[in-house]
Amino acid sequence: MEDKLSFEYAPAPESRAVVSIKPKYGHFIGGKFVAGTKHFPTINPATEETLSAIALGSKSDVDAAVKSARKAYVTTWSKMSGKERGKYLFRIARIMQERAREFAVLETLDNGKPIRESRDVDVPLAAAHFFYHAGWADKLEFAGLGTSTKPHGVAGQIIPWNFPLLMLAWKVAPALAAGNTVVLKPAETTSLTALLFAEVCQQAELPAGVVNIVTGDGSTGALIVNHPGIDKIAFTGSTEVGKIIARAVAPTKKSITLELGGKAANIVFEDAAIDEAVEGIVNGIFFNQGHVCCAGSRLLLQENVAEEVLSKLKTRMAKIRVGDPMDKNTDLGAINSHEQLLKIRELSAAGDLEGAERWSAPCELPGKGFWFAPTLFTGVTQSHRIAREEIFGPVLSVLTFRTPQEGIDKANNTPFGLSAGIWSEKGSKVLWASQQLRAGVIWANTFNKFDPTSPFGGYKESGWGREGGRHGLSAYLKGVSHE
Amino acid sequence: MSNRIDVKKTYKLFINGAFPRTESGRTYEVKSSKGSFIANPCLASRKDLKDAVVAARAAQAGWNKATAYNKGQILYRIAEMLEGRRAQFVDEIMVVTGVTKTKADKEVTDSVDRLVWYAGWSDKISSLSGALNPVAGPYYNFTIPESMGVIAAIAPETPSLLGLIDVIAPIIVGGNTVVVLASTKAPLSAMSFAEVLATSDVPAGVVNILTGKKDEIAPWMASHMDIDGLDISGLAVKSHADIRTAGAENLKRIYSFKSADPGRILAFLENKTVWHPIGL
Repeated sequence: MEDKLSFEYAPAPESRAVVSIKPKYGHFIGGKFVAGTKHFPTINPATEETLSAIALGSKSDVDAAVKSARKAYVTTWSKMSGKERGKYLFRIARIMQERAREFAVLETLDNGKPIRESRDVDVPLAAAHFFYHAGWADKLEFAGLGTSTKPHGVAGQIIPWNFPLLMLAWKVAPALAAGNTVVLKPAETTSLTALLFAEVCQQAELPAGVVNIVTGDGSTGALIVNHPGIDKIAFTGSTEVGKIIARAVAPTKKSITLELGGKAANIVFEDAAIDEAVEGIVNGIFFNQGHVCCAGSRLLLQENVAEEVLSKLKTRMAKIRVGDPMDKNTDLGAINSHEQLLKIRELSAAGDLEGAERWSAPCELPGKGFWFAPTLFTGVTQSHRIAREEIFGPVLSVLTFRTPQEGIDKANNTPFGLSAGIWSEKGSKVLWASQQLRAGVIWANTFNKFDPTSPFGGYKESGWGREGGRHGLSAYLKGVSHE
Repeated sequence: MSNRIDVKKTYKLFINGAFPRTESGRTYEVKSSKGSFIANPCLASRKDLKDAVVAARAAQAGWNKATAYNKGQILYRIAEMLEGRRAQFVDEIMVVTGVTKTKADKEVTDSVDRLVWYAGWSDKISSLSGALNPVAGPYYNFTIPESMGVIAAIAPETPSLLGLIDVIAPIIVGGNTVVVLASTKAPLSAMSFAEVLATSDVPAGVVNILTGKKDEIAPWMASHMDIDGLDISGLAVKSHADIRTAGAENLKRIYSFKSADPGRILAFLENKTVWHPIGL
């Protein structure tokens, strides 16, 4: 009966005519695009089509970028008034808004995320980050660090592939507002929007060398981390790599911030609004294919509502539209890379092996590209790998609890501490739980919300420092008493 | 001169509100500035550190839950107890370091005053670091500083009392518990300070004090997986790199400080951001 009443979706593909991708890219150093030596392909993970060739940053490329950033810092950027610096950032924000569709399409092609997300979340938030931080540039003495704050100098920034442009904005906007110059390395699989951002810097007439972009893989990232000409390292990525960077920076005077992994609990109490919670669970784990460090990947259900939530959740998951990321109806796009797909498969297989029960939404996956159906595991225990390790894919581990305290204890039983979710209609319980949870971001009766004014970052092994708000800005300023 | 034989104090550790000897049975000799024997304090072992961390971890939730007003009063109470025992601290500082009475007296005065200063921060620090964030949507969004957990600290060699208070007070005022290694050469005032703590309504385990060698204990602190943060102000700068490298294993927050200011408190607080929808 229900089938007869439902309507089929007609495809609503976004046009890719708005972007022009060059066959080959170099680096952006000293305000100019400079040719690379070695190149590697970047592909569309939804089709495996090669989009372009990206330069593999070498030691001499990184040297040139750091030198250019230092020169810009010394001769231009550190001498400019905050008011003028801010105006460049406002310009960048405006140009990003003007070219928003272009950024969204390019991001979706290169990353595999649904156009609806890149268009409605990634790109608008990236522009908002520049707009927000632009206003800080001439107000740094009010940032709570005293009146004699100073920028660090040259910041080396390494960003991940899950939100390529947005992570660039989280890094570059506060760095520039505080008066630093930057050398940024986008992730190996998602360099295109960073290279388009370089064009925006040119259109904004940003002084040469203030922003330098060197593309490449982990080896290029290591060259940046270990470069003696860099004063500040900012990294977003895995906890494993974060620890390697922390050790590399330990003997130096470099300042460092790290945004690392997570294994967030999303806790549904018995007094939750169940339908809203189900939407929140879906958003929590399937947003951006689960390629989210703060994803609600451990669902903790209070026992007496577990059956109802699971039943509604499966019904809802069956309606998730998986497929062409360029289709405006698509909810779940492609897995970003073959390597990541293998990792998701490996951890899911570990879930089977360790005795959890797998359920995947019945959906047809495209023949080409990298895909993984929305999946949940029930019967998960705290010791299972799928309850402890970050899967970074559309895979949800479901655990149950009896008392609120047990729910909190299970939620906190992890070395991570990036985010957590709470679902309850009782205000005092929401506030109690938000106090008890050991995580940097708590979403109560919502999930995966971000804003430039709102500090984001983790407790414990989820990282050092915050991004966004006054707290995030302070990571790019010297002036605090400790070092 | 009286012919009476002094009753000398045995200097022990301070763990979980009690005064145990080191489980290792090791001691070292502390001499006066003139070279005469004063005491055989404990040379704390790795196991002593572990015991202290277990105590600090167990005490943390309760201490964190205490209201800011309550924590402020307890810190103030420590100052009251210290004030009442000034003479003992002045004597101990003089005998070990050889400074004049005026100088020792000033250190004790500064220590009492410093405790009072930190006590007052307990209910003000969150207005310094917290924020209500004007997000672009119908959400109530705020950021508040919270305790980080268990913090370890290396107190500076000198001043042995004021330096100790400058590591302990900012760590505990924010709701953390602490395991601190006292000055190696001048541990007397630290162990007497433990007696002050024991009579100041500070819950057992909130402050734990060890005596021993920095080069032994600092690396154990750095690699301990249940320590969240580390204050290395009292450690020679040449050792900082190794300590920071070892601490990366669980991404400990490791800082060294030069002065007493609210930044010392904030360094060992985590900022938590909470979102909630607004609507009917």
